[in-house]
Amino acid sequence: MTNLVEISNLHFERNKRVIFDGVDIVIPQGKITAVMGPSGTGKTTLLRLIGAQLQPGEGRILVAGENIHRLSTDALYKLRKKMGMLFQSGGLFTHLNVFENVAFALREHTKLSNDMIRSLVLMKLEMVGLRGAQNLMPSELSGGMARRVALARAVALDPQLIMYDEPLSGQDPISMGVLVKLIRTLNDALGMTSIIVSHDVTETLSIADYVYVMANGKIIGQGTPDAINQDKSAQMRQFVDGLPDGPVPFHYPAKALDQDLLGVS
Amino acid sequence: MSMDVAALGRWGIDSLRELGRAGLLLLRVVFRLPDFKKGFPLVMQQVYAEGVLSLLIIVVSGLFIGMVVALQGYHTLVKFGAAQQLGPLVALSVTRELGPVVTALLFAGRAGSAVTAEIGLMKATEQLSSMEMMAVDPLRRVIAPRLWGGFISMPLLAIIFNTVAIYGAYLVGVKWLGLDAGAFWSNMQTSVDFHLDVINGLIKSVVFGLVIVWIALYQGYYAEPTSAGIANATTRTVVYSSLATLGLDFVLTAMMIGGW
Ligand SMILES: Nc1ncnc2c1ncn2[C@@H]1O[C@H](COP(=O)(O)OP(=O)(O)OP(=O)(O)O)[C@@H](O)[C@H]1O
Ligand SMILES: [Mg+2]
Repeated sequence: MTNLVEISNLHFERNKRVIFDGVDIVIPQGKITAVMGPSGTGKTTLLRLIGAQLQPGEGRILVAGENIHRLSTDALYKLRKKMGMLFQSGGLFTHLNVFENVAFALREHTKLSNDMIRSLVLMKLEMVGLRGAQNLMPSELSGGMARRVALARAVALDPQLIMYDEPLSGQDPISMGVLVKLIRTLNDALGMTSIIVSHDVTETLSIADYVYVMANGKIIGQGTPDAINQDKSAQMRQFVDGLPDGPVPFHYPAKALDQDLLGVS
Repeated sequence: MSMDVAALGRWGIDSLRELGRAGLLLLRVVFRLPDFKKGFPLVMQQVYAEGVLSLLIIVVSGLFIGMVVALQGYHTLVKFGAAQQLGPLVALSVTRELGPVVTALLFAGRAGSAVTAEIGLMKATEQLSSMEMMAVDPLRRVIAPRLWGGFISMPLLAIIFNTVAIYGAYLVGVKWLGLDAGAFWSNMQTSVDFHLDVINGLIKSVVFGLVIVWIALYQGYYAEPTSAGIANATTRTVVYSSLATLGLDFVLTAMMIGGW
């Protein structure tokens, strides 16, 4: 079995703040790999690095065997046609309606007839339960609906690699269940490789084949969902069981509270 | 003292860096339209958004400016018994200066600010990022059509402004103040040189148009992705492009009068 994405020794910082401090991750082909971690650890940043929207400080990222940050613009765009990404905020085009949003990549990259595009788009929308919403504008959608449209759009070209940034947050239990199944189906039936970024522990552990847990710029644990559930290390227990106190800080780095309140600098 | 020098130096370096970034953006955009079949409708959409939607303000301003210049000019010319020269006076000041400059200032306020706000918001809501991840280069798909749209719209708007302003002067001079229509038009015809006056004016408007959309696109594309960031970027677009228009107008006029 081959790895679709290989990240080795990744270092990255933002405004002098270290986000990744030597991270190694491999994403095996055809599997669902989850990346979990507390808010603000850099999960979204990781996806942006894989998509080459950000440049790493050190280390390299191979996607389909190519060092994605060394590619020419043309080669990069060619590779991105095989990637899909669901943004945390959705990122729907506000000047296009739901149908046209999903059709966008098909119109840009294929020479399919309008009838074909229509069928494909309606199939994708049916998949996320929003075929009836095809004529709505993004401003008329709820947050959860917008996210599902964005998901339909992200898989419009049937990419090989699909990256989901928090696909489950903001969904009610019913659509959550449907989405979990959908992600599994897309992965298995269409042979996609999926990366899921999430802090929704139970749901994520239920669909992932392999899990990485990050905190403080490092991988603090990895393994199959079962192994994660049984992991005894204090850091992992704290994250998986959701305990407020422990080695993983809930707070963004700051000076002591009493000093801050008293205005001592 | 040394702090001031350091601050000045930092300001200088920052400005140069920004200029370099803007230059690179222009370079990456100018020749990167999608192919003709896809690019043409995108550019036409922008000609509509930047040009056609600016028509109303251009026509109304042109009319009033033409009328005011005629009125003022008439009262001065009449003291020297030269009221017959009203046609040339209006035509020359409009085609050479007022047409391109006022059109550019209005264009910056009407279309430039809209372009900056739109691009900035697309950036802030991750629309540009998701376009990139869909393997569609926003520079080609979003930025380039807007640049060409402005490039095409501006001279057309200036021509319309000139026409309407001269017509406004005709209304005031001939219809209201009672000058002879034949003299008004024929004096204008003999003293306005097509190349020196009309074409030079249009060259100015092309330059202004390009610079204004360039500034607007740069400010939008590099706007800080927050509400305040977009508001600042929009303000900067209007201020910078107005200043650039007036400064460039002086330079271009000097070059044109210098027999360039
Ligand atoms: N544009 C930016 N400029 C500077 N710092 C940033 C920027 N975007 C994110 N960061 C910082 O990078 C860190 C990681 O951010 P990121 O968005 O990757 O977190 P995340 O793990 O996705 O969190 P969440 O689960 O809340 O979405 C954060 O601490 C944040 O402060
Ligand atoms: Mg995130």
